[in-house]
Amino acid sequence: MSNRVAIIGTGSIGMDLMCKTISSKGLDLRFVVGRRSDSPGMKEAMLRGVATSSEGISYLEDNIEEFDIVFDATSANSHVEHDRVFSKHNKFVVDLTPAKIGELCVPVINMESLKDSRNINLITCGGQASLPLAYALKNSCEKVMYVEVISSISSDSAGIATRENLNEYVETTEFALKKFTDAEASKAILNINPAVPQVCMQTTLYARCEKVDIERLENNVNNVVKKVKEYVPGYNLVLEPLVDSGSVTLAVQVYGSGDYLPEYSGNLDIINSAAIAVAKFKSKVSAFGSRAVTIEEGLV
Amino acid sequence: MKHKHISLSDCSLRDGNHAVKHQLNVEQIANYCKGADRAGLDIVEVGHGYGLGASSSAFGVAKVDDETMLSVARENCKTSKLGIHFVPGVGKHSDLDMAIEIGVDVFRIASHCTESNITYRPIQYLKAKGKMVYGVLIMSHMADAERLLKEASGMKAAGADGIVLMDSAGYSTPDVVSEKVSVLHENLGITIAYHAHNNLGLAVANSIAAVESGAEIIDATIKGFGAGSGNTQLEAVVAVFERYGYEMNVKFKDLVNLSLYAESNIISSVPDIKAINIMTGMHGLFTGYGTYVQKVSSDFGVDIFDLCERLASRKLVASQEDIILEEASKMAKGVV
Repeated sequence: MSNRVAIIGTGSIGMDLMCKTISSKGLDLRFVVGRRSDSPGMKEAMLRGVATSSEGISYLEDNIEEFDIVFDATSANSHVEHDRVFSKHNKFVVDLTPAKIGELCVPVINMESLKDSRNINLITCGGQASLPLAYALKNSCEKVMYVEVISSISSDSAGIATRENLNEYVETTEFALKKFTDAEASKAILNINPAVPQVCMQTTLYARCEKVDIERLENNVNNVVKKVKEYVPGYNLVLEPLVDSGSVTLAVQVYGSGDYLPEYSGNLDIINSAAIAVAKFKSKVSAFGSRAVTIEEGLV
Repeated sequence: MKHKHISLSDCSLRDGNHAVKHQLNVEQIANYCKGADRAGLDIVEVGHGYGLGASSSAFGVAKVDDETMLSVARENCKTSKLGIHFVPGVGKHSDLDMAIEIGVDVFRIASHCTESNITYRPIQYLKAKGKMVYGVLIMSHMADAERLLKEASGMKAAGADGIVLMDSAGYSTPDVVSEKVSVLHENLGITIAYHAHNNLGLAVANSIAAVESGAEIIDATIKGFGAGSGNTQLEAVVAVFERYGYEMNVKFKDLVNLSLYAESNIISSVPDIKAINIMTGMHGLFTGYGTYVQKVSSDFGVDIFDLCERLASRKLVASQEDIILEEASKMAKGVV
């Protein structure tokens, strides 16, 4: 067995992951654990017949042989504590907090190269939305000099943790933009918009690069959008690449699937969907042993 | 109420940067700061129009980097306090560290008027370092007095020394300003500042209403130099306060030379109220969008007023230039 999932954290991210795991054919949800037996998330999990515990990490350690993959949807500080346990037992973890102790991953870019990694970090929502585009650009020009990403999200989808961690959001997104494009400089901006009805997530990428092959860029962008759509159906190109000498601008909108969170929360959906994609891929890699699993197989 | 003291915060070198697409140069910054310092202005705010760390493709790349702007300003502001504008999610804490290092005195931490909890961490961070910190509520026309009080109270609890209400769309009228400033003044017990824009020709009148309702700091710019149709004109508002008998460190006569310097060396076109500024004002869109909306509508060949209406229906807040681009491209393709 290699597809048994545990979730730690019963906030809205944990709940959305729970719904996504239950409806994923390849995954088998075993536990949802938190710290308060009376939290709304815990009640929701019980209602759906999922085994729960309010003993959190110690419950997972006691039952460490009963699952193969764990999603950590708590906080950066808690994840550091939790990973001591996971690491001791060599347990595979997908980290949805900004702790950044694992390998940075965007499924369509580098999931295959991380098949032996034990701890995978999913960067930020803006990173998951923009990095596929940034990577498509990198593969369509000689050199990316500068890359910038501005994302707007609805106020109702920005929880307290997001608001308190804006500095980390910006730093992590900028770091990943450089890492995946080899750009010398990067910039990330996050806007929170309170409009009602809520706006869905929108991300615009601006870049300066050398020798852009426009036809190739259009192809690469269309291909990567198609691939992301396999795990985030609401990922849509809304501004096709505008190329003006070395400057490139393009934008996507991200609607969520509405599993647990409202559809406008594309920002939360895209990072959770990435987590599911990673888990499915990992379970296949484990099941098939050394045979190479391609990214397409992993995403299905 | 008369004879109370009013401080002037001069944002010509920050909001004015919006008016010249963030192209203020080192010489202009140095000379203006020298003049403002000599004139006795209380606070001189300097930077990219959107604040620290905002130089970008989305908002415009500044001619001079933040560190150089602030260093030059610091050298030339001997008595005037040096201020910065900072929006979490745009700038980083490392930008704040740089500003502290250079010796910035006044930190203004801003958010859209309903999202003030994003400012708590930087406010706490700066207060722990003993800095003077104001919480800034941008686009304050988009929330009522009760909501503004709730947001401002959170900033106060985080440690803010005062609250700045910004009428970033130039949408407000004196009656509304009086109501909102009074509510904050009577309930908070900390300094209230007001920042007006002139889209409807009411910037000076709104600033006077703010002071009469309890504000003690007024934001103003030389010749009204600022985003869209500009801000409260410094020379004019100081002249009015003098006539009303308010105490100030700055005198109108000391502003004459500064005004002449700015007129011939900084301000390429004196802000006036163009149809586009009234249009953005009526729709409650950020006033700084005026120039960008004009450029984008002409680049894509779409009707400027239709574009404004569509942007208003998407309820844009400040700093969403990228959405303007996307909406214009959609209009050009005939997408409804």
